[in-house]
Amino acid sequence: MTDHDSWLIKGVTIPGGGEQGREEQTSILLTGESVAAVGPDLDHPGARILDAGGLIALPGLVDLHTHLREPGREDAETVETGTAAAALGGYTAVHAMANTDPVADTAGVVEQVWRLGRAAGHCDVQPVGAVTVGLAGARLAELGTMADSAARVRLFSDDGRCVSDPLLMRRALEYVKAFDGVIAQHAQDPRLTEGAQLNEGEMSARLGLAGWPAVAEEAIIARDCLLAAHVSSALHVCHVSTAGSAEIIRWAKSKGWPVTAEVTPHHLLLTDELAAGYDPVFKVNPPLRTKADVTELRRALADGTIDCVATDHAPHPVEAKETEWAEAAFGMTGLETALRVVHRAMVDTGLLDWAGVADRMSVRPARIGRLTGHGTPLTAGAPGHLTLYDPAAPAEAVTPAGASKSRNTPFAGMELPGRVVATFLRGVPTVLDGKLA
Amino acid sequence: MKRHLISAADLSRADAVLILDTAEELASLADRPIKKLPTLRGRTVVNLFYEDSTRTRISFEAAAKRLSADVINFSAKGSSVAKGESLKDTALTLEAMGADAVVIRHGASGAAHRLAEWVQGSVLNAGDGTHEHPTQALLDAFTIRRRLRGTGPSGARGAGLDGLRVTIVGDVLHSRVARSNVLLLSTLGAEVTLAAPPTLLPLAVGSWPCAVSYDLDSELAKSDVVMMLRVQQERMTAAYFPSVREYSRRYGLDAARMARLPGHAIVMHPGPMNRGVEIAAEVADSVRSTIVEQVANGVTTRMAVLYLLLGGMEFPATGVAQ
Repeated sequence: MTDHDSWLIKGVTIPGGGEQGREEQTSILLTGESVAAVGPDLDHPGARILDAGGLIALPGLVDLHTHLREPGREDAETVETGTAAAALGGYTAVHAMANTDPVADTAGVVEQVWRLGRAAGHCDVQPVGAVTVGLAGARLAELGTMADSAARVRLFSDDGRCVSDPLLMRRALEYVKAFDGVIAQHAQDPRLTEGAQLNEGEMSARLGLAGWPAVAEEAIIARDCLLAAHVSSALHVCHVSTAGSAEIIRWAKSKGWPVTAEVTPHHLLLTDELAAGYDPVFKVNPPLRTKADVTELRRALADGTIDCVATDHAPHPVEAKETEWAEAAFGMTGLETALRVVHRAMVDTGLLDWAGVADRMSVRPARIGRLTGHGTPLTAGAPGHLTLYDPAAPAEAVTPAGASKSRNTPFAGMELPGRVVATFLRGVPTVLDGKLA
Repeated sequence: MKRHLISAADLSRADAVLILDTAEELASLADRPIKKLPTLRGRTVVNLFYEDSTRTRISFEAAAKRLSADVINFSAKGSSVAKGESLKDTALTLEAMGADAVVIRHGASGAAHRLAEWVQGSVLNAGDGTHEHPTQALLDAFTIRRRLRGTGPSGARGAGLDGLRVTIVGDVLHSRVARSNVLLLSTLGAEVTLAAPPTLLPLAVGSWPCAVSYDLDSELAKSDVVMMLRVQQERMTAAYFPSVREYSRRYGLDAARMARLPGHAIVMHPGPMNRGVEIAAEVADSVRSTIVEQVANGVTTRMAVLYLLLGGMEFPATGVAQ
């Protein structure tokens, strides 16, 4: 009898697993929806065998910041294609941002997105609710109703827009305490960034593009940290992009304030110098910054000041990018390349080991998103969400064609190390041998 | 030279001097009864103008026509552009029509750069957003060299602008003219100083090959050239300075300031002027002013650029080197 519900993953290494942190080759047995056992000499008659020699196993990756575009912009991405891209990148859960059309500001819309995720089945989709009605920044959306809905929303964000009104931000932070909610802020002072196109600095001056100053991000983060402390509620800072922002968050954390933060893969690797050719594939919000910023963001992620990596996967159709810079949409895809970028930016540089990567890309984002059942260390009894990664795979050039409907990856043609070999969701492979299962 | 002229940074000193020398040759044509040369006969030059700029468009049009090129004027108004066609699709259309050169004026920085990726012909940047306007810088350099280094074969041929002090005054932050001039004039050996209120200078201006001053008065006595930039209407209400009168008082070139310039110094303006704001009427109309000359030199300089970029046949009258 073969047991098609069981998988025996042999010869794998679990970073941070084992006694006293000794990382040895071991086996993982998945039965049903869970990890049944972990150990060197496992056997399970009938289980399908996956030879994972040389691979590492990470708890399934969790993305706090994904734009799935559905409903409204199915030409750019759908829940189906976006979650397929996520699975190929090693993700087992994504948080779907609220700036859809209609905006995810009611229980109806968040439940629709949640159901589409369940139907697609490539990874879990946790909808994020809008903070304000229509992302307009004027009055609060029905946060409690979204929290109580089938989608169980805990993370709220007007991402793409900043909740710039300090009073509204205070009220939002305060209100979500009732259901352990988190406000994820897109920190961008609107007045300081009117018409902004590129990081304000040498490149923007030379290229004649309106500057997006670091202070427009940092001023909002400083204010929000103070507000979060004042009302004792959880603030999460989206896509931190400047050295100064990291410094402010470090200071807030040193006070013990309830602040968490994320950084994108692209801000860990790319700089504004890439804008020199005016190719809008490098246009993103917040913008690519300087080398000094990249260095500080890496350091902050390594020391835990920045809690996690989040992709800000932002698919756009070709015509939104094949245009003049100022006309082009902001945003980059990122789900399929995130782990490889982190490999290059953090692991190859010695700043983070693989256990650290598991922490920053699975454990902590799941905790921040209040996502039960994800981000759990791979031990017996854990949910069967895991990612098998080959860290020794030779660097290969990124191709823009993947599962995402869109092609706006800034990494196209760039050689990145490593390869996602397999992804398991609730004990079932969503990806095998680097392809959708 | 490169195939396109998008930024003044594309030009080496040798390229720039070659263009000025070629323009000098062509200038002699202007004195002849028949101004036209057969050099670009059968070649097509498209003027693709997304912004209203009659002076720049007719300057390029006159330049191309004097070289016998066929000229197609394509302006955003009244064309498919107004109906929402993308720059790329317009580029492919021009490509299909066989444009040998496209002269583009566009409100977005980098538009010329993008266009060059989509067409085979040469792209000439006639002003892109707040980025660059390299032919304006060339005509300015040509005007400076003629005025201060002499004309004709016995004069400035082969020379740069070494040692000349050029002060550029006004809204540098939003000026494509200033960006191109800083690059080109410094390539040609001039010492450039930008004089402006801090709000109208890029924060990172320290990385540019020029000096910076907030005080126009302290720069006047040592300037060989003062170049005034236009203050755009939309800056006047956006907190870049308290009032037009205060701007004019601190950074406007009036007769009293002009009197403090060295005797040989010239006053330039790319036009169109705001008389009474950045430049007083008596300055604009004085003998130091090169403003009308700049317009004439614009045609000559653009002829030189088209001639060199399109690799025209040997210049028949005087045999300018290929």
